[in-house]
Amino acid sequence: MFKIESKNVHLYYNDFHALKGISMTVKSNTVTALIGPSGCGKSTFLRLFNRMNDLIDGVKIEGEVLLDGKDIYNTKGLRTDELRKKVGMVFQKPNPFPKSIFENVAYGLRVNGISHKNFIEERVETSLKQAALWEEVKDKLKKSAFELSGGQQQRLCIARALAIEPSVVLMDEPASALDPISTAKIEELIYELKNKYTIMIVTHNMQQAGRVSDMTAFFYLGELIEYDHTQTIFTNPKDPKTQSYVTGRFG
Amino acid sequence: MNKRIKEKIAFWVFRLLSFGVLAILFSILGFIFVRGIHVISWDFITKMPEEGMTKGGIYPAIIGTLCLVAGSMLFAFPVGVLSGIYIHEYAKDGFIKRLIKLMTNNLAGIPSIVFGLFGMALFVNKLKFGDSILAGSLTLGLLALPVIIRVTEEALKAVDDSFRQGSLALGGTKLQTIGRVVLPMALPNIITGLILSIGRVAGETAPILFTVAAYFLPKLPHGIFDQVMALPYHLYVISTSGTDIKASRDMAYGTALILVLLVLILNLLSNALRKYLSKKVKMN
Amino acid sequence: MSKFFRRFFEKLIEGILMLSGTVTSLTVLLIVVFLFSEGISLFNTSPVENKNAITVNHHNPVGHLSPAQVKDIFDQKITNWKDVGGKNDSIILFTINDISNYYSEEEIGSNFEFLPEKLDKLVDSIPGLLAVFNEKYVSKNFHGTVVKIDKNNLPDFISGTQWFPTAEPVVQLGVLPLIMGTFWVSIFAILFALPVGLATAIYMAEVANEKVRNIIKPIIELLAGIPSVVYGFFGLIVIVPEIQKIFNLPVGETALAGSIVLGIMALPTIITVSEDAIRNTPRAMKEASLALGANRWQTIHRVILPYSMSGISAAAILGIGRAIGETMAVLMVTGNAAVMPHSLLQPVRTIPATIAAELGEASQGGVHYKALFALGCILFVITMLINMWVEYISNKRKFTR
Repeated sequence: MFKIESKNVHLYYNDFHALKGISMTVKSNTVTALIGPSGCGKSTFLRLFNRMNDLIDGVKIEGEVLLDGKDIYNTKGLRTDELRKKVGMVFQKPNPFPKSIFENVAYGLRVNGISHKNFIEERVETSLKQAALWEEVKDKLKKSAFELSGGQQQRLCIARALAIEPSVVLMDEPASALDPISTAKIEELIYELKNKYTIMIVTHNMQQAGRVSDMTAFFYLGELIEYDHTQTIFTNPKDPKTQSYVTGRFG
Repeated sequence: MNKRIKEKIAFWVFRLLSFGVLAILFSILGFIFVRGIHVISWDFITKMPEEGMTKGGIYPAIIGTLCLVAGSMLFAFPVGVLSGIYIHEYAKDGFIKRLIKLMTNNLAGIPSIVFGLFGMALFVNKLKFGDSILAGSLTLGLLALPVIIRVTEEALKAVDDSFRQGSLALGGTKLQTIGRVVLPMALPNIITGLILSIGRVAGETAPILFTVAAYFLPKLPHGIFDQVMALPYHLYVISTSGTDIKASRDMAYGTALILVLLVLILNLLSNALRKYLSKKVKMN
Repeated sequence: MSKFFRRFFEKLIEGILMLSGTVTSLTVLLIVVFLFSEGISLFNTSPVENKNAITVNHHNPVGHLSPAQVKDIFDQKITNWKDVGGKNDSIILFTINDISNYYSEEEIGSNFEFLPEKLDKLVDSIPGLLAVFNEKYVSKNFHGTVVKIDKNNLPDFISGTQWFPTAEPVVQLGVLPLIMGTFWVSIFAILFALPVGLATAIYMAEVANEKVRNIIKPIIELLAGIPSVVYGFFGLIVIVPEIQKIFNLPVGETALAGSIVLGIMALPTIITVSEDAIRNTPRAMKEASLALGANRWQTIHRVILPYSMSGISAAAILGIGRAIGETMAVLMVTGNAAVMPHSLLQPVRTIPATIAAELGEASQGGVHYKALFALGCILFVITMLINMWVEYISNKRKFTR
C-alpha cells in the first residue's frame, strides 16, 4: 500500500483551475520533492494532504486524496484536526508562536489534549533532538522563540511539527528564507528524518531537490508533467519541459 | 471529541452575542422608528414649535443644525484637507511630523464637552462672538478637524506611490503631482469621510450647549452672530427639561427619528458616493 | 518670469499647507492654555461667595475654618465651638436675614447707615456668635475677628467629598464623588461591553464568512454614527423605567442605566479596534496552529487572542476613554446626584455631566465657573493620559513584532 495517493485531483480557486487531474503515489519513508516554476500548483498540491486549502474561500476539490488508503476528504468522521495531527507541516517562513521555546514545541501536544507534564517534557526534548536543536536551546527553553535566529526558528518549527508524531511531514520551501549554513543544516535534517517519516517537500532550489529527495515531481501550469526517481528526473527526463526546467531554461 | 464540543459551544456563544449586538441596534432604531414615524409630516419639519414646544414643528432646529453643519465644514474641510496633505505629502519623518500626528490624535481623543468649555472661553467670551452660529460652528469645526485630517491621510496613503513617481518622472513638480494626480485619486475617500464627519457634527450636543444652542427661539437666524436652535439640543431639552415633558414626548420621538434618519442617509450617501466616484476615477 | 512666478506659487502653497498642518497642534495648545488658565485660577481664591465676611467675637480663639467646617456648622452638624478648636460653647448662627430679630428697621437706618455699628455691637456682645454678612458692613473699628476661610486648593479639591458649588456662604468644591461617579459608570460600561464586543469581533474576524461580515460591519459603523443624545433619549424612555421596575427603585436614573447606555455606545469602538487587532494576526501563525492539529477555537484562544492582546487592551482602554468623556447620554440617564457612589442602583454624577448641567448657570469668572473649568482640566488630563497609554501600547506592538 502506498502512504499517500492522489487520484485524478482537480482543484479550483473560484474560476481558476489550479490543479488539473493530478495522480501520484508516494511510498513510506521517502522524500519526495515537488518542483516547478512559481504558480505551477506545487504548493497547492502539497496543501491538499493536510487540507490546508480548505481555509481559502472559494476552493473546490474533485478527485480522491488517500492517506494510508483512506480518502481524507470524503471519509465520514475524519476531522481535519485529526488529519493534521498525522500530517505535520513546516512553512516557508519560520512561524513560531509568541510563546517560549518549550511552549512552541508543546503546543501541538496541548491542543491535542495531552496534559501529562513528564510526557510533554520528554516529548519536547526528543523532538528538539530530532530537529538537531536541543544542544543549542536546552538552557533557554523558557525564553521567547523570537530570540532564536531564523535558522533556529525554522528547526524549532520542525521540532514543533515532529512533537505530535505525525507519519507524514509536509515542507513548503522550508529553507527559502534562510542563509546557506542554516539551509545545509535543514537539508541534513531532512535526510535523517526520512527514517521515521514520509516527507514531501516543495522547493524552488534544484540542487536542494537533487540533494535531499528520492523522488521528484515536476509541475507545470497545474499539471503533473513528470514524476520519477530524482536521479532520472535530473539526468534523463522524458519530457522536454522537464528538461528545460531542470537545466534552468525557464523558471 | 471534547475539544470539538468546546469549539461548538464557543462559536455559538460568539454567534449569539454578535446577533445580540445587532438586536440591540435594531431595537433602538426600530423603537425610534415606530414611535416617531407617525409624528413626522410636512408640517413637523416646516413649522415653528408651538405651545411650549409640545406642538408644531421643529423647523428652526433643522435650519439651525444646517447652519452649524455648513459653518463648521466651511472651516474644517479646507483646513483639515490641507493639513492632511501637509502631513502625508510634505512633512518629513521626524520630530515635527510625530508631534503633529500626536497632537492630532490627542485632539481626536478630547471629550466633546471640553470642546464646549474651550469654545465658550475663547469664542464666546474672549473673542466676544457671544452665543452665536459663528462660535458654535468654529467649536464644532475644531471637533471635526482630526476626523477630516485622518480621513485625508488615509485617502492619500491609499494612492500608490507609483503614480507619484510617474508624474514626477514626467517632469511634474510636487505640487502638480499632488494637484493633478494624487488628489483626484484620493478624492472619493476624502468626500466619503467628509460626509461621515457631517453626521458626527450634526449630532453633537455638548459642544454647542454653551456656544450657540438656544432653548426656544421660534425664528430663523439673520446672520452669523445670531443664536439658533439645533436638533440634538432640542431633543435633549424636550425630553428632559421642557415645559411639559409628557406632552412633548411625541415631538421628542419625531426629533430623534429625524436625527437617526439624517445619520442613516449620510451613511448611505457616503457609501453610494464612494462607489460612484471611485468608478469615475478609474474610468478617467 | 513665469518660472519665477511658478516657484513662488509653489512655495506659497507649501506655506499654506504647513500652516494648516499646525492648526491641530495650535488648537491643543489653545485648549490647554484656556482650560488651565481658568481652571488653575480657581486655586488661591476664596470659596466665600458674594463678598461675605465670616466674623466671630474677639474672645473666640477660632481664627480660621475650612469650607467643610463652615458647611457643617450651617447644617448644624457642628453645634459647639470646641469641635472646631474653640472653647466649650454652643455656636449661635447669625446671617444678615436674622437682623430683624435683634434690631428694628429704625435702628438700622433706612439706608442701612447704622448697620455696621449695630453688627459690631452684636458680635461683640454674644461670645458664641458666628455672623455672616457682607464685608462692606464690617465697620472700621470692628471689635470682632474676621475668620479666615481656607482658600481653594488642589488637595482639598481632589479629595473633598462634597460638591455644592453654589452653597451659601461658602461653596463646597470636592470633586471626588464626580471622579468616582465617572469611573464607576465608565468601568461598568466596559465590563458590559468588552465581553460582548470581543465576542462580536472574534465572530466577525474568525468565525463568520465573508458575506455575513459584510452585512454586520456596516451596521456596527452605523451604531457608531448615532448621536449620543439619541442613545440618551432611548435610555431615558426605555432603559430607565425598566431598571426602576425590575429593581423596584424610587427612581430608575442610576449608575446602572448610565453603564448600560455607555456600554452600548462603546461597542463600536471596542468591536472595530479589536477586530483589526485580531485580523492583524499573521496568517502564518494561524496556519501553523491548524497544521499542528489544533481546531479553530483552540487556534483562536491559544494563538490569535494572545497575539492580539495588546490591540484588544488598546480597544478596552479606548472604550473607557470614550465612556469617560461622554456627556449627553450620561447626563440624561444617571440621575446626577453628586454623592459618593456605593451601588450601581443609585444615581451618580459624572464630570462631563456636571459641566454640561452647571456651566449655563455659573457666572463668568466666578468660583463656580472656575471650578467647572478645573473639572474640564481633570477630564482633559485623564483622557490625555489614556490616549498616551493607547499610543504607547500600539507602538510597543510595532517594535516587538
